Amino acid sequence: MTDETNPNRREFIKNTAIVAGVAVAPGIFLHSVSQAKPDEHPVDNSVRWGMLIDTNKCTTGCDDCVQACNKEHGLTIEPSHRAETQPQWIRKVELKHKQTGKQTSLPVMCQHCENPPCQDVCPTGASFKREDGIVLVDKHICIGCRYCMMACPYKARSFVHETLTEQKPYSPRGKGTVESCTMCVHKVDKGENPACVTSCTHGAIVFGDLNDPNSEISQKLATEQSMALREGLKLNPGVRYQGV
Amino acid sequence: MSKHNITFEELQGNSTGFYALVGILGALVAMGLFAAYTMEHHGHVITGMDNQVVWGLPHIFAIFLILSASGVLNVASIGSVFRKAFYHPLARLSGLLAITLLVGGLVVLVLDLGRPDRLIVAMTSYNFKSIFTWNVFLYNGFIGVVGVYLWVMMDRSLQQFYRPMGLIAFIGRFILTTGTGSIFGFLVARSAYDTAILAPLFIAMSLVLGMAVFLLVLIASCVWGKRAMGIAFLERPKNLLSLFLVAVFYLITVYFITNLYVTKQHDLVYFLLASGSIYSYLFWIGYLALGTVIPLAILYHPIVGKTRNGIIAAASLVVVGGFSLLYTIIIGGQAFPLEIFSGMEVISSGFFDERAYHPYVPSVWEFMLGIGGISFAMLLTVMGMRILPFLFVPSSLSAIHLSPEEID
Repeated sequence: MTDETNPNRREFIKNTAIVAGVAVAPGIFLHSVSQAKPDEHPVDNSVRWGMLIDTNKCTTGCDDCVQACNKEHGLTIEPSHRAETQPQWIRKVELKHKQTGKQTSLPVMCQHCENPPCQDVCPTGASFKREDGIVLVDKHICIGCRYCMMACPYKARSFVHETLTEQKPYSPRGKGTVESCTMCVHKVDKGENPACVTSCTHGAIVFGDLNDPNSEISQKLATEQSMALREGLKLNPGVRYQGV
Repeated sequence: MSKHNITFEELQGNSTGFYALVGILGALVAMGLFAAYTMEHHGHVITGMDNQVVWGLPHIFAIFLILSASGVLNVASIGSVFRKAFYHPLARLSGLLAITLLVGGLVVLVLDLGRPDRLIVAMTSYNFKSIFTWNVFLYNGFIGVVGVYLWVMMDRSLQQFYRPMGLIAFIGRFILTTGTGSIFGFLVARSAYDTAILAPLFIAMSLVLGMAVFLLVLIASCVWGKRAMGIAFLERPKNLLSLFLVAVFYLITVYFITNLYVTKQHDLVYFLLASGSIYSYLFWIGYLALGTVIPLAILYHPIVGKTRNGIIAAASLVVVGGFSLLYTIIIGGQAFPLEIFSGMEVISSGFFDERAYHPYVPSVWEFMLGIGGISFAMLLTVMGMRILPFLFVPSSLSAIHLSPEEID
């Protein structure tokens, strides 16, 4: 008897697991889809998008995230022109601690502040923060005064210094306006991750909803030590760093 | 009111010299417009500005003109607000210059925008938290207030409004310069601008630059217009200029000393004053020696200070000093790198964070645009003088009991 029932029990548990899996999987799948915002729905502040960058995983010399960003947004770099005038939405920085000599490698982009100084100083309201925390430039009303670039504590913004070609339809850009990391809002609104996140083979960038206590980013932030760049300015950026 | 006993006249404006002046100014304005067109056509890539030093030479010219505009109105204010009859004959020219210099500065500022064609957006879409938005209203409001002030000066039937309008304009010019100074104040991002003292410093600079420009234009209008004006007539304005020079020196000293008090700001002060950078030279030679010490020596000199050429030299040097100081603060403040990574040394960066300072070399286009702005202000001034009676008739000065040596 024992020999007969055991396989049945095993079978039963296996079948139950399959049934449960089939039943729960769409829920999990749908949960992730539900984060994608239908176009007709306005953005609201129930989510706050953020990133956690683990500098222990980020590798010196690797600039996959920079390349992915340039490709995604069509940021063409003209080698013949002055490098200082080229657009830069995300950059790799290598640091050395002055006291300990510890070296750190990390990407720096728009930090998507909760209280963005660029938004404070913008005369037309072109610099703005979405309800979900993503800081953007409305290219239609940016007059190119560059005051936001003066005010940004992270030097995260670029001014388009020359005529552009091959712009991407989902990432509007224009000569004479200011631009910066959009946190790949066009992808995020579809429930996808930003290009820098997906391109990072080291898994150094975690993207997610800071307002959702169950999200990976919130879980990590709850348990691991992290910091914001220029924390003293109390801007509460959406981008945080680990291991600096 | 004694001022109404003074008579005013238009510039004759029929000499070869007048047409030559208008022609030269017109050509310089055309040059500035060509520079602006070229900058917009190719983009700012042809200028010396970039993503590190985002505001360049055009801003120096624009801020110079805007500061001068508010400062120059002080001459009229001293007449109407402080009731000094001596300044009444100068009030109209002071009001005219306040408008023309401001317009010249704003033209430079607008033509340097990435999208000057979107000026209408700046006039219709506002973020009232931004000091820039405030300035849009302050600048336009200032032009309106000074326009009414001039009207009240010229229309005898409105003379009861002369003093109230003078007071409004006086308050307006202080608010305007506070607004301009505040563009740079309180920018927490940058070490050089994270201070409240820039607003009073800009007010003091506006007094200096306004008075220097006023003296130069007044002397030019008298010499070229062959109008009699005794050297003693310049005595009081030039004494005021000396006083204002000392005020600016005091405030810039406080600016650097307060920065030295904060140990982490030592690098900034060293960079601006002692690093041997262009900014150190501009500060010590351009601003301090040429723009402050020598003019003060000239203005207080018992002989040279009482000559027309001495005053022209002093006022011109003050303008050079003003440009040097603005360049030191505005460009130098951006050239000094941001401290993004506290306690860390930047070994390398894809965006030049590792640099000890960011280089900036202005392009000829920026210079042309700036000169075009100054020329436009001067052209408007000359045209204004030609059309309306802005210049006092020297023979009428006895009506306000000016002593004989104050006129030729």
